[in-house]
Amino acid sequence: MNVKVLGSGCANCQRLAANVQLALEHAGMTAEVEKVEDVAAIMGYGVTATPALVVDERVLVSGRVPSPTQIAALLRGV
Amino acid sequence: MQATVAGAQRADARAWLLVAAASAAWVALYRTILPLWDWLVYGVAGLDPATRLGGAVHFFFYDVSKILLLLTGIVFVVTVLRSFLSVERTRALLGGRRAGLGTVLGAVLGVATPFCSCSAVPAFIGFVAAGVPLSATMAFLIASPMVDVVAVTLLYGLFGWQIAALYVGAGLIVAVVAGTVLGRLRLERFVEGFVFETQVRGGVDPALGLGWSDRFGMGRDEVGGIVRRIWPFLLVGIGLGAAIHGWLPEDLFARVAGPDNPFAVPLAVVLGVPLYTNVVGVIPLVAALQAKGLAMGTLLAFMMSVVALSLPEMVLLRRVLKPQLIAVFVAIVAAGIVGVGILFNAVL
Repeated sequence: MNVKVLGSGCANCQRLAANVQLALEHAGMTAEVEKVEDVAAIMGYGVTATPALVVDERVLVSGRVPSPTQIAALLRGV
Repeated sequence: MQATVAGAQRADARAWLLVAAASAAWVALYRTILPLWDWLVYGVAGLDPATRLGGAVHFFFYDVSKILLLLTGIVFVVTVLRSFLSVERTRALLGGRRAGLGTVLGAVLGVATPFCSCSAVPAFIGFVAAGVPLSATMAFLIASPMVDVVAVTLLYGLFGWQIAALYVGAGLIVAVVAGTVLGRLRLERFVEGFVFETQVRGGVDPALGLGWSDRFGMGRDEVGGIVRRIWPFLLVGIGLGAAIHGWLPEDLFARVAGPDNPFAVPLAVVLGVPLYTNVVGVIPLVAALQAKGLAMGTLLAFMMSVVALSLPEMVLLRRVLKPQLIAVFVAIVAAGIVGVGILFNAVL
């Protein structure tokens, strides 16, 4: 599984990245978490509100920071 | 599938019950704080309401608890309401509009859309790529930080709803006027070229498929995040405000920064630019100064400058706008704010 956190490095993006780590531990999964900060790359996913969570090239969340539990549920659903 | 629908309905019912209980507790608490602090400060601690110390201590505790309660309630309600909109929906609403009505709509949606100024750049590109007029895009980007829910709540708590409403109205007017002027100047050539070449893949709507329990959860998280971030500034701001309230001479500002001084408003706007992150501490402070004769229009202009003209946002926007356009942007928004301040000083 490939997980990407899209965002320009603002506070919300860091919170999302931290919650993703917690969610992975919570769900007992391992995945490569990659931070994407390049605006053009972010736009390439059709995302206009950061932070966004992309799993296996699919945008699951944009414009908000879900809790670790919610992220874990999303990750299990993939 | 049937089971998950029933589960979601149960979660929503539970969330509504919780919110109803929390609202009742909120109202009860809001009605209790004044008698509570009267009793604690004047009764238990034995301070005299007629003394400076007694008045300042009471002012501090009562204002801190009142504003924290107001913030909790208002931020929660606003976040839940905003969860029905998203940058994607706003973009769809604004795409292909004519400049005039589109600009007004852009300013209004700038207030209503959940938006963090850290996503100003992708939002700007997304708007331009979707055919939103530059004037509407700018009105959105100006109104969004200026009519900030925390700032408006503080104004309401410290000055009452009339001043809060005045601030919202003035913010919308500055956004529409500045957006219109920026649109008229044909500044598209000062937008970095790659913006117009960016292909935006079919947008993702983050507001899709949210249940009530998700929306209430977002409200709760937002309240928690904001309170955790601002409480030190709030304590310092109201603490200094209480000290000013009690000890500074009444007419300190009436002579230097009263409504008759034409330089007060521009000076307030310039002073506001570097104070970006401290709006929560700044508002109680200027509220106390207003009681000492600082004119209301000067004060509102100062607040707008604090929230709308921020250096971090300029740095972000620099990625999509050339320096000339940023300079024009700052100049026009600043001129709009100064105009509003002078107008209010003359009218109020």
